[in-house]
Amino acid sequence: MADTPDRRPAPPARTYLRLIWTWSRAMAQYPLSLAFLGLAQSLSVTIELIAVLTVFGHARTLAGFTATEALLVYGLAGTAFGTADLLIGQVERLGAHIRSGAFDTMLIRPVSPLVQLAADEFSPRRLGKLLPALACLAYALATADIDWTPARALTLPLLIASGAAICCATWLIGACLQFFIAEAREAANSITYGGKALTEYPLAVFGTDTARWATFALPLAFVSWQPALHLLDRPDPTGLPEQLRHAAPAAALLLTALAALAWRTGLRHYRSTGS
Amino acid sequence: MTTEPAIRAHALGRDFTLSTGPLLRRTRTTATAVRDVTFTIAPGETVAYLGPNGAGKSTTMKMLTGILAPTRGHLTVLGLPPSRRRTALAARIGVVFGQRTTLWWDLPLRDSLALTRHLYRVPARTHTARLDHLTHALDLAPFLHTPVRQLSLGQRMRGDLAAALLHDPDLLILDEPTIGLDIVSKTAIREFLLDLNTRRNTTILLTTHDLSDVERLCRRVILIDHGTLAYDGDLDGLHALAPAPRTLVVDLQHPADPLDLPGARHLRTQGPRQWLELTGPPAPAIAEAAARHPIADLALHEPGIEDVLARLYRRPT
Repeated sequence: MADTPDRRPAPPARTYLRLIWTWSRAMAQYPLSLAFLGLAQSLSVTIELIAVLTVFGHARTLAGFTATEALLVYGLAGTAFGTADLLIGQVERLGAHIRSGAFDTMLIRPVSPLVQLAADEFSPRRLGKLLPALACLAYALATADIDWTPARALTLPLLIASGAAICCATWLIGACLQFFIAEAREAANSITYGGKALTEYPLAVFGTDTARWATFALPLAFVSWQPALHLLDRPDPTGLPEQLRHAAPAAALLLTALAALAWRTGLRHYRSTGS
Repeated sequence: MTTEPAIRAHALGRDFTLSTGPLLRRTRTTATAVRDVTFTIAPGETVAYLGPNGAGKSTTMKMLTGILAPTRGHLTVLGLPPSRRRTALAARIGVVFGQRTTLWWDLPLRDSLALTRHLYRVPARTHTARLDHLTHALDLAPFLHTPVRQLSLGQRMRGDLAAALLHDPDLLILDEPTIGLDIVSKTAIREFLLDLNTRRNTTILLTTHDLSDVERLCRRVILIDHGTLAYDGDLDGLHALAPAPRTLVVDLQHPADPLDLPGARHLRTQGPRQWLELTGPPAPAIAEAAARHPIADLALHEPGIEDVLARLYRRPT
């Protein structure tokens, strides 16, 4: 790797920050639109919260969980999702970037295409999803019946970070499927002239959503459910072993490794569009 | 260092596997986009990479930039294998796709260029000097503050060129740089590229469908057809490869039957005007025509490079 004296590439974190800063500034040129979009996003979260509270307003406890405890689960999940959405939510547009050829232009820049993809069209309006979830989490943590031992307090940031990492990783794995789903058509277009794949593309659409739900189902337990059980110090009502609740960081590491593998494999299989 | 070629491609090829049919009963076929291409480009050369649609031009460009890995053969660009050292290579080459922009669609051009400086890690002072030069040479000043999506095609192309050159690349790869541009923009871009090549010795490789680009810019032509090299040499040699006949246009004073002249084949008639393809020297044909009919005007058309290429492309392989 040291055979050429070429310029060192920019470090990914700095590139990411530089990109999101530039995008935020561009978005801030329309402050009213930004505010409304942010508000709309927080509204959807708030409605979900109201739904949770309404259910518990009638039932008081469900399966032994109080409303505050349910809010804890919701807050943990919302924070993890919101963070992932804010940081790398844009990766799910990979298919569109591949079809438009924009992904090619990311590949010819001397910085990681993943960083460029994640930061592309970054908008602070996504904070609209994260902030209400954070508020909900803070409220639940303050009011729920939690035995705050030092160990438990210390694991809290780790649990939140693991949850966010799990969401980021699953999101990325879902996005990487678009490398493969897009394959057949794109390859055809590489040979026959012209990027006509821009129009009609049902496959990738199908891929995004299905893959997203399927991949989220399994690791979701580690995002909010198991961490909540740990914080509340409760036995698992579904009867799963208690050791599982400490596995969130491990699940996060494993999924991150899987996501990295999926990205590398996808990139190696990438074949670009025609023209 | 200077003896190292800018591009060295040896027996380069790229296949695509196509899977078609329902999920469980897929049939896989292999299609070859680039079959076998060998060429070397020295630093400072200006080369046109030509070929009909689907000949493998774009696939070659993508292999050169590291976007696609070759299926077979050997390829180095500026001494690096592109697909394995894509990021390192990207810092040393400039790429312009005529059909899409490398600029950020929603950012003002100036912000796009500033972002480019950070991605390529150009020191601020160097950047300012280069940007000043490019702003002047490409006349960017009137639209530096306009978002890229609002630029005209010609303006966008100049912006793209500036973005591709801010890190002072050794090799510039242009995929259809003048597509869709008006004649003034085309000329401006050609002159700029010519100047760049002369003054900085930047190697330029371009694909184009506009052959006046080639005649103005490129001393060398590489022609690819069906994924293999059909020609590699200068423009004159290309003419010799598929000699296209000259055309004689005769304007008679009155409409007449198709002329049957020695060393000329009648092509078509439109009123008093007739087109003839010369198979021999023009003088006997002209003399014969003048002897038979009163002639109002005469014109002799030399074949353009378009005609030469058209004949080459039509040739069965």
